[in-house]
Amino acid sequence: MTIVDDRTVGTTAAVRSKGSGLGGYLLTRFLLIIPTVFILVTLVFFLMRVVGDPITASVGDRLSADQLAERLAEAGYDRPLLVQYVEYLGQIFSGDFGRTITDNRLISEILITYGTATLELAIYALIVALAVGIPFGMIAARLRDRWPDAVLRVTAILFYATPVFFAGLLLKLVFSVWLGWFPLSGRATSDTQLTLSAISGSSGINMLDALRTGRPDLIGDVAIHAVLPALTLGLLTAGVFLRLVRTNLIGTLGRDYVDAARSRGVSESRLVRKHAYRPALIPIITVMGMQIALLLGGAILTETTFEWRGLGFQLAQYLGARDFVAVQGIVAMLAVIVAVTNFIVDVAAALIDPRVRY
Amino acid sequence: MSEETPAPSDLVEETVVVHGTSTEPRWKKLPLVWQLRRSVGLQRGMLVAGLVLCVLFLLLAVFAPLITPYSYNELSGPDGNFPRQAPPSAEHIWGTTVGGYDVFSRVIWGARTALLVVVVAIVASLFLGVLLGLVSGYLGGWLDRVLVTIADAIYAFPSLLLAIVLSIMISGGQSSFLGGILAAGLSITVVFVPQYFRVVRAETVRLKAEPFVESARVIGTSTPRILGRHVLRNATRSLPLILTLNASEAILTLAGLGFLGFGINPTAAAEWGYDLNRAIADVASGIWWTGVFPGAAIVLLVMGVTLVGESLNDLSDPRLRIRRRARTAPPPTPAEPVAEGAPR
Repeated sequence: MTIVDDRTVGTTAAVRSKGSGLGGYLLTRFLLIIPTVFILVTLVFFLMRVVGDPITASVGDRLSADQLAERLAEAGYDRPLLVQYVEYLGQIFSGDFGRTITDNRLISEILITYGTATLELAIYALIVALAVGIPFGMIAARLRDRWPDAVLRVTAILFYATPVFFAGLLLKLVFSVWLGWFPLSGRATSDTQLTLSAISGSSGINMLDALRTGRPDLIGDVAIHAVLPALTLGLLTAGVFLRLVRTNLIGTLGRDYVDAARSRGVSESRLVRKHAYRPALIPIITVMGMQIALLLGGAILTETTFEWRGLGFQLAQYLGARDFVAVQGIVAMLAVIVAVTNFIVDVAAALIDPRVRY
Repeated sequence: MSEETPAPSDLVEETVVVHGTSTEPRWKKLPLVWQLRRSVGLQRGMLVAGLVLCVLFLLLAVFAPLITPYSYNELSGPDGNFPRQAPPSAEHIWGTTVGGYDVFSRVIWGARTALLVVVVAIVASLFLGVLLGLVSGYLGGWLDRVLVTIADAIYAFPSLLLAIVLSIMISGGQSSFLGGILAAGLSITVVFVPQYFRVVRAETVRLKAEPFVESARVIGTSTPRILGRHVLRNATRSLPLILTLNASEAILTLAGLGFLGFGINPTAAAEWGYDLNRAIADVASGIWWTGVFPGAAIVLLVMGVTLVGESLNDLSDPRLRIRRRARTAPPPTPAEPVAEGAPR
């Protein structure tokens, strides 16, 4: 995925010409969220609705023609598609993503209930990815084209080539079934989950709640459940980070100021750690933001593999039940999340590296 | 307009023109041969390993009926129905699945499905992406702005989600062999079009200002002809690279779709993602053969394609390429291919 390096160019380049100074940049960048979300929501709406209405898709075979027509009229699906589209846009704008067909729940409620679990998983995964990707990427760049580099690069490709659900399956097989070290699936044992949900002001992030209770048995239970899913999702991203750090570091190691430092007798390991490391990390922050897409896609599969009851798991359930209103709603919501995250990351990059603003 | 349609054979031609030097015989300038000859050490090892894996899977896909003892959807042999979840044995060397399929046969047949989807996805996205990129980059204006914004929006979005939405649209989620292949392939296409679009557009914008395009315009060449003959020929040099990267992503996306139950029906074709979905439940009872073999197939094929892509990338990037020592390679004009082959 060396393509990753080029990813940042498009979004920032579009902004570059207009913004002047940090304030201008932030404003243009913020306004760019709107077309992005608009395009994705429109795309998803028409793609999902071009073939038919969601009620027929989910419960059509269980209802008579009259009942079906009644349900359709009730939900407004018998009106022209464009009218529905305008109405849908209005709803989205006011934060209403609709209700699921199969169990009649508010989509925004699903986000709040399950989004935290996904966030928790994503944070663990990001920690694993950074802890593995950055140091090993530095080693690979430093020992470039020698055997450790070869081993690391092939390992990174291996991580990338392994679909998350297969990695999850292997980890489950080895560490849960054969060795019995970690639980097979879930976020916590049901007792723990009950205790955690019961505390007042439960954040939904299990680890946070467990830490607040201060009970080591709860913390341990939550932690032990998180290990395999976090590894599964984290290693996928770690491979990308490793390659990115390696390529960028090799780039900065070839710069003049690094040569100058080397000629002053700065040791090779200090060169990597002090001189080349920082400038090489800036593009990584931006790419990290782009990884949110990869991470979310991976989260759907990881959550399904480990029955981690997050947004992705829920999405897969609705997919299985052919509840396409729920699917459309969740996907539209994820579009908003992705756009906002990318904005935040771009802002962070602009604050760290002034060159981005111009 | 027909000149613009980038048939794969055209692309091969392109690369020859771009990379070759006039002194070498023609066959040595074919894309992979050329890179193979220039690579050394680790990079050559990676390239060779990747090529071997790719060729292996290609052979498996082509000769699947000859290699496998059963068909991918066979449930019974001469002595009655196959056992379910049977461990590897002489009859079923890799065991059978929960549905009673022969694992070995399904894994081998799966190569065929995967490769077909990759071909559909790449041909379709290459066609659309290159066409849009050329037109958008060359004509500019509001069309260009709109297309760039759309491409950026799609690009930032999780590709798997988009593929799911697409496969719902195309096939309603379940499908026959051809329908499934097309649905999976086209779902992946939508994800890839922005990538080709970006690369080709960027190149086109750069080439538009070149003197040879300007002089073509001055002598009254029509726009389609300028695009086809002058711009396209020069804008496609980094495409083989994205091609390999996309091929691996296509395989993973197909498997992801299958894993979520949006792939191809098991009776219509063998698909590794579907088999892995069924295997997740098996793992709890220690049944490993239903998951490990299809999973390993995905990993090996994706690795093969990625290794080729990575090596091509390294070889085309002067910062990353390992150079031959002076005694082994006395190139007449050492700087020239380096400057040319670098995608920026």
